[in-house]
Amino acid sequence: MKAPLSWLKDFVEIDLSLVELAHRLTMAGLEVESIQLIGLPLPPAGSTTAKVSGLTWEPEKIVAAAVTEVMPHPNADRLVLCRLEDGQQEHIVLTGAPNLFEYKGKGPLPQPLKVAYAKEGAMLYDGHQEGYVLTTLKRTKIRGVESYSMICSEKELGISDEHEGIMFLDDAASVGTPLVELLGDAILEVNLLPSFARCASIFGLAREISAITGKALKTPRFTSPPDIGKATYAELEITDPVLNPRFVLGLVRGVNIHPSPLWVQQRLKLAGMRPINNIVDATNYAMLELGEPLHAFDYDVLCKRAAGKQVKIITRAAGKDEKITTLDGVERTLDEGTVLVCDEAGILSLAGVMGGLETEVTASTRNILLEGAAWNMISTRRTAKAQNLPSEASYRFIRGVHPAMAETGVRRGLELMEHWADGAVDPLMVDAYPLPPKTSVVDITPGDVKRWLGLDLSAPRIAELLSRLEFKVQIDSDLLHITCPEHRLDIGSGITGKADLIEEIARVHGYDNIPETRISDRLPLQLGNSPLKKTDLTRDLLVALGLQEVISYRWTTPEKEGRRLPKGAEADNKPYLRISNPLAYEKAFLRHSVLASLLDTAERNSRQRATLALFEIGPIFLHSEDPSGLPDELSRLGILLAGQRNPSGWQPADNSTMDFYDLKGLLEDLMAGLHITEANFSQGEHPGYHPGKCAIIRVGSQQVGVCGEIHPAVRERYHWGDTFQYPVLAAELDMDLLIELIPEQRHTTDIPNFPAVVEDLAFVLDEATPAADVTALIWQTGGKILSELQLFDVFRGGQLGSGKKSLAYRLTYQAVDRTLTDKETAQVRNRIIKRLEMELGARLRS
Amino acid sequence: MSAATILQELEAVSKAAVDELKRVTNEEALLAWRTTYLGKNAVVVKAFSSLGALPTDERPLVGQGANRVKAALESAYNERAQALKESALIQSLGAQALDVTLPGRPRNRGRLHPDTLILRELLQIFGDMGFQVFQSREVETDEYNFQLLNFPLGHPARDMQDTYFLDVPNRGDNPLVLRTHTSPGQIRAMREIASLNPSNPPPVRVIVPGMVFRYEQVDVRHETQFDQLEGLAIGEGITFSDLKGTLTDMARRLFGPSARARFRASYFPFTEPSAEFDIQCFQCHGKGCGVCGGGWLEIGGSGMVHPVVLANGGYDPARYTGFAFGFGVQRIAMLRYGINDIRYFWENDLRFLEQF
Repeated sequence: MKAPLSWLKDFVEIDLSLVELAHRLTMAGLEVESIQLIGLPLPPAGSTTAKVSGLTWEPEKIVAAAVTEVMPHPNADRLVLCRLEDGQQEHIVLTGAPNLFEYKGKGPLPQPLKVAYAKEGAMLYDGHQEGYVLTTLKRTKIRGVESYSMICSEKELGISDEHEGIMFLDDAASVGTPLVELLGDAILEVNLLPSFARCASIFGLAREISAITGKALKTPRFTSPPDIGKATYAELEITDPVLNPRFVLGLVRGVNIHPSPLWVQQRLKLAGMRPINNIVDATNYAMLELGEPLHAFDYDVLCKRAAGKQVKIITRAAGKDEKITTLDGVERTLDEGTVLVCDEAGILSLAGVMGGLETEVTASTRNILLEGAAWNMISTRRTAKAQNLPSEASYRFIRGVHPAMAETGVRRGLELMEHWADGAVDPLMVDAYPLPPKTSVVDITPGDVKRWLGLDLSAPRIAELLSRLEFKVQIDSDLLHITCPEHRLDIGSGITGKADLIEEIARVHGYDNIPETRISDRLPLQLGNSPLKKTDLTRDLLVALGLQEVISYRWTTPEKEGRRLPKGAEADNKPYLRISNPLAYEKAFLRHSVLASLLDTAERNSRQRATLALFEIGPIFLHSEDPSGLPDELSRLGILLAGQRNPSGWQPADNSTMDFYDLKGLLEDLMAGLHITEANFSQGEHPGYHPGKCAIIRVGSQQVGVCGEIHPAVRERYHWGDTFQYPVLAAELDMDLLIELIPEQRHTTDIPNFPAVVEDLAFVLDEATPAADVTALIWQTGGKILSELQLFDVFRGGQLGSGKKSLAYRLTYQAVDRTLTDKETAQVRNRIIKRLEMELGARLRS
Repeated sequence: MSAATILQELEAVSKAAVDELKRVTNEEALLAWRTTYLGKNAVVVKAFSSLGALPTDERPLVGQGANRVKAALESAYNERAQALKESALIQSLGAQALDVTLPGRPRNRGRLHPDTLILRELLQIFGDMGFQVFQSREVETDEYNFQLLNFPLGHPARDMQDTYFLDVPNRGDNPLVLRTHTSPGQIRAMREIASLNPSNPPPVRVIVPGMVFRYEQVDVRHETQFDQLEGLAIGEGITFSDLKGTLTDMARRLFGPSARARFRASYFPFTEPSAEFDIQCFQCHGKGCGVCGGGWLEIGGSGMVHPVVLANGGYDPARYTGFAFGFGVQRIAMLRYGINDIRYFWENDLRFLEQF
């Protein structure tokens, strides 16, 4: 919403600086997004959060002047020379403005033309360049005629982008007066929040300024109000009052269509609207001023359509496939339920959004039927969205315009047409008002204010604050009885109404004037968040193990995620949740795999890094059968390792490549750090992994995840950096399950007081015997006194023969309560050897 | 030999030995010196064996003299040996000297994502004030994301939050959406806590962190997926002044004791009164500069929980009041770590992440 400062001043005195005014409005919820200065000096940089733009007119260099004669240019048809008086002397000024050509060669003008005159050295916008480029007026020669000054267009002055011709000033402008004194202005652009519908007008904004500054509000008065009655020129039929609570009509006869007065055109432009003609401008002016969108019909066209019968305006919802050609010349097919203004011959306009082409006001229009109505905000919003037609009218109706404004708006429109188009206003207005809104009446006490705001205000102070916004207040000792004014629909009833009023009290009182306190209310039960704590523990362990945490977008595509499996195996048979309005196809599907995100991240970074060690904890999204229809959001831990085991420096170092056992060691450390003691790894199968280098991770009988080397055929599907030729190791774990498995409590064992016995045993076994089986059997047999077991060597070849391997273990025997005897340890050792021989076909290697 | 001669000889040898010792510069020469002057055949040792040949009354004189000389030589020897050892050590350490300006051996260091870092700091701040973490889902129903938060169907306030809808058929007026804010967590938290004692619901003080989504083109300052932190406090004595105090405390914890928060009137359907809150620019302290433009940094939205929302959560608005706030976590991280481009967060470029 654009509000010229000069227009606001019609309704309220403003003695604040622009920066202060913008600040006060912003603090009160009316955020001033930008200030465009028209000629006025710019405020200091950084003094306001609003974006400031505009051109300052130097008072002595840009002045009002009079063109007294327009003469042909001796050497150019498309240029003219103007004899101009600037209050000090006469100048000959050269211009190519086509709107002066009609005066060319007519001799001294009987009525001099008032223009904006820029003297040599004046700073202006360059009218011939795209956008707004500053330039300084310099002395030059154009086609043999000296030129040092200029008659300005609106664009050159920064008023609008109009550069077709020069700008004319009002005839009353006094020659020599600095232009900034005549036209200097500022346009405040206010970001109107949905609750500030009442401020979608100059008057509405002025009312707020009055409330927050305490300056009196000057309410507009109408000179000759027509009565409401049963007029003969038209009748009204509202078929659904919910969609159309009120409809008001007025008639103006015998109008002369011509451009509006210059000052009107000026104001409309400053407020962001294009002047059209005096009738359309009157509707727009009244709308900008008071907030009620109006629509002018060519009454004679309506009469013709009525074919001798009385004009009848009908409002209704559209049926299937109805069509209308709107003012902008576009033929539109309407959604069922679109609210329409019709007559008996058909559709006239899209209610509250845009008029139809057929009944629009033209140069030959003589009689105007003027509409002011109230429309349902939700259906207007739907129509404006469906037709992609954001208009000044729909902007207001979507936010809600009080039906009372329909009548006020029509009165103002009629008055303006009477003045600007010499029309005769019919003494009667037609009014159908089937559904007046309930006037909100709310009771409130200083106690309520204290309860909500923590602020002590007396009843008279509350009354004063609210009355500044035109609420009617009755005080009955400590009870305030508040009646909502007839221009706002945003005040509810009951407790909601109380909240609505408390917000208004807080705003007008000033949020800055509310104290800062620390919560004194009862502290709720402090239960912590165990899953979060465990997730954070997991993160910390992984970081301690050298991994970088990453966080990815939740969206992907099936194709992108499919790459984590070999070609042809990508049947992820679970359907994806799809976004129906994605920014792009690449962002349309919610992911099924955190590992897939990690692979994408690794791929991108492989050009810069020789080692990748990454993890992510985050959700995946799967369809569920939950009656709410909401998908499952399952937390997953993904881990990826690839590249050099050690970063390279200047020293010769181990630059070997990470393999399966790096990953497994990391996972074992993680499990140990999480105090999940029962984790085990067994040979696994998964299409994404190398068939011989994949393990299933279980805790007890529950599968926690899969880990291994990514299948070479999968690896090939990613575009790795040229030098990044390492196997990719990865794991994906069920984080929800891990959280369940991480114990809340654990026990620490005492440091042993008795000596340990350490011995090494090596066994020759069949290659196919998993080490885990050997280890498990040793533990089982070792019983209580076996305290540590370490596999320290795996050996193949030599005299072992093919198909055999040797596993060497270091066993530590220790008891918590005594020194072990040689006999005890020998017994256990022999049992271990025997069982391994019997059950696994092992042979002790001597 | 007479005693006098022996004593004279001892003196002479002692002097020669001390002189010679001064010229000894290595272990080998030191050992040779020791053999010469303190060994079996050394003059001083021999002096003792010659004692028997002396008259009885001269023996003590010569014995004492020999002892004195021997002790002196031993002490000189020890002193020299110590000095030689020290200088050898200095020499050998000198030979081991490194170029300490060479870079150290690189290590693989793990790091948390900056979003996690800042979130932990925030959760700590609010945890200290009694706010417990409540986690809530990312895919929501229209009902939870909008309707229960007082955004009726077709309400213009919905235009303030451009929404991603999920392609799930037959849901009518309750489509699935990617949550546009963490505020549905307000309803879920209230309902969960109220259900503990529906007739007399306990007070609420929770913080809801999580990813939210807006249908918005991505640029340096705008993300379409971002992390938000929601706060909610409900009780029988929670006021707007408490809201101001709580967020001012947060500002102090984040940006130092002189930090200030400012509250501007605003509009959100689920709070009333509503306020946007700004933190005074830490760069210019409110004077206005390139970081802030106007002296204040916009941080987030806040307000008193709307009576309709309280009721939807199971709290009687005639009895309870509450405040709520929400802000972008990355916004804080960007201010805190001087990050210029919000797109860095989820792009996971290690050249960015390794700076933390």
